[in-house]
Amino acid sequence: MKENSPDEPAKTGKSDSSTKPSQLSRRTFLGNIATVGIATTAAPLLQVGELDAQQVHQPTTDVAEAPTSAGTIPVSLKINGQTKNLQIEPRVTLLDALREHLGLFGTKKGCDHGQCGACTVHVNGRRVNSCLTFAIMHQGDEITTVEGLAKNGELHPVQAAFLEHDAFQCGYCTSGQIMSAVALLKEPCGKDDDAIRECMSGNICRCGAYTNIVAAVRSVRGGA
Amino acid sequence: MYDFQYTKAGDVGQAVTSVSPTGAKFVAGGTTLIDLMKLDVERPKLLVDINGLPLDRIEPEGDGGLKIGAMVRNSDLAHDEQVQRLYPVLSQALLSGASPQLRNMATTGGNLLQRTRCYYFRDVNYPCNKRNPGSGCSAMDGFNRIHAVLGTSSHCIATHPSDMAVAMMALGATIFVTGPKGNRSIPITKFYLLPGTTPEHENVLAAGELITHVTLPPPAQNAKSHYLKRRDRASYEFALASAAVIVELDGRKIRKAQAAMGGVGTIPWRSPEAEHELAGAEATDRNFRRAAEAALRGAKGHKDNTFKIELAKRTLVRALQTVTQA
Repeated sequence: MKENSPDEPAKTGKSDSSTKPSQLSRRTFLGNIATVGIATTAAPLLQVGELDAQQVHQPTTDVAEAPTSAGTIPVSLKINGQTKNLQIEPRVTLLDALREHLGLFGTKKGCDHGQCGACTVHVNGRRVNSCLTFAIMHQGDEITTVEGLAKNGELHPVQAAFLEHDAFQCGYCTSGQIMSAVALLKEPCGKDDDAIRECMSGNICRCGAYTNIVAAVRSVRGGA
Repeated sequence: MYDFQYTKAGDVGQAVTSVSPTGAKFVAGGTTLIDLMKLDVERPKLLVDINGLPLDRIEPEGDGGLKIGAMVRNSDLAHDEQVQRLYPVLSQALLSGASPQLRNMATTGGNLLQRTRCYYFRDVNYPCNKRNPGSGCSAMDGFNRIHAVLGTSSHCIATHPSDMAVAMMALGATIFVTGPKGNRSIPITKFYLLPGTTPEHENVLAAGELITHVTLPPPAQNAKSHYLKRRDRASYEFALASAAVIVELDGRKIRKAQAAMGGVGTIPWRSPEAEHELAGAEATDRNFRRAAEAALRGAKGHKDNTFKIELAKRTLVRALQTVTQA
């Protein structure tokens, strides 16, 4: 996501690093974008609406800034075969637990609303959106992230296929694409390319690398 | 996101007891609730996690019907052999909804309770009668292309987003719940509430009631069923219009038809009007069109969504053509 969005006023002259470039923080801006998301249109946000006095918007913080604050509880997660003990708030999503608390940055935050698939991980062997579930709900589950796919220094065949077929451009959606493709191999999914596209439709690629993504998935499934 | 307390229920009784405090909510798949919590639309004080409850079975009923546990995931239900064989309309509806990841999370009970995708309901900066009763409806004169044309009121035109519920509406499912006052069952046709003057009340569930399972009646001997969904993208998108149809044919004569529509109603929309037109009629395009006209007779378009009225008619006609093909 670009720092300068088309919706922000154009900056003129030299930018002064000591002044705030915008009223919106990057996080807030991204949050607002995500509320509209892919499935809908940005138009309603551009319409000036009457502010609902009883629904004053509060800044959201779904990342626990202080892991030892009074609201935290112990949470034990099994990630890529290793047990990790955390002290987090119940509102920490599985995605934020992975990225912000465990330093596993392979899983990406895209829309943060289940609309893009960048955060796809496996829970007990099934692919899920880690942004739409709380870490505390997964104690005892087997969680696999993209970091857990390679074994003994060998890439998973899907990872190798993505390299072989150049199945990405910027790479931001790639870990989610790969996690989906690995799960797809064990799911009921038709044989042709249309079936691959349908089964991969939960992962959006902004660069539009779909042709090569389909080729990579096809090659791992033993197709042409 | 606002902070909340969390507890995990070990059994159904414990779940119902745990959810009794004001502001407590059940969380299952979380795909609607957690999304809305991030937007501050939902602000539960306590989440009761019901993912450990033993409500995840799909079992044949003695009468030839099917019993579906509330915690059965959408993907498991869609790919279940019995569902695919006996109720293809339900499998097709499920697979047309959301994405594989979301279907792995979303549950049968949760899908029935899915909230609207109305932009203004999802944005706390706008008035919305459903989210904040009495504050007004921003969609009425706002951007309302995705909104409902059937079952609307001057207070709310938000569309019910579920595909699964549309198929279950056509099939005549029954919803079983348990709660502080015991167990009861509700026909799905009596489960959802039209917005009227109280769009904040979306269904007949009482405080603390938990959906435990859904039953489907046994399919008729020669019945065929089909789900057709029209949307802005080929996949991973909500319906602009959809149709779930179940037809019993006797030669080219329609003995009985059941029809429901999605993407166009404030609730999953069963159409007795279309069913009445089809019963006893020949399976012809002219009769399908007549049924579609009857189904949309009471439709009311708004600024951007008037196209849905014709789209819904054609969707229903196409679904009927498909299901009656030899």
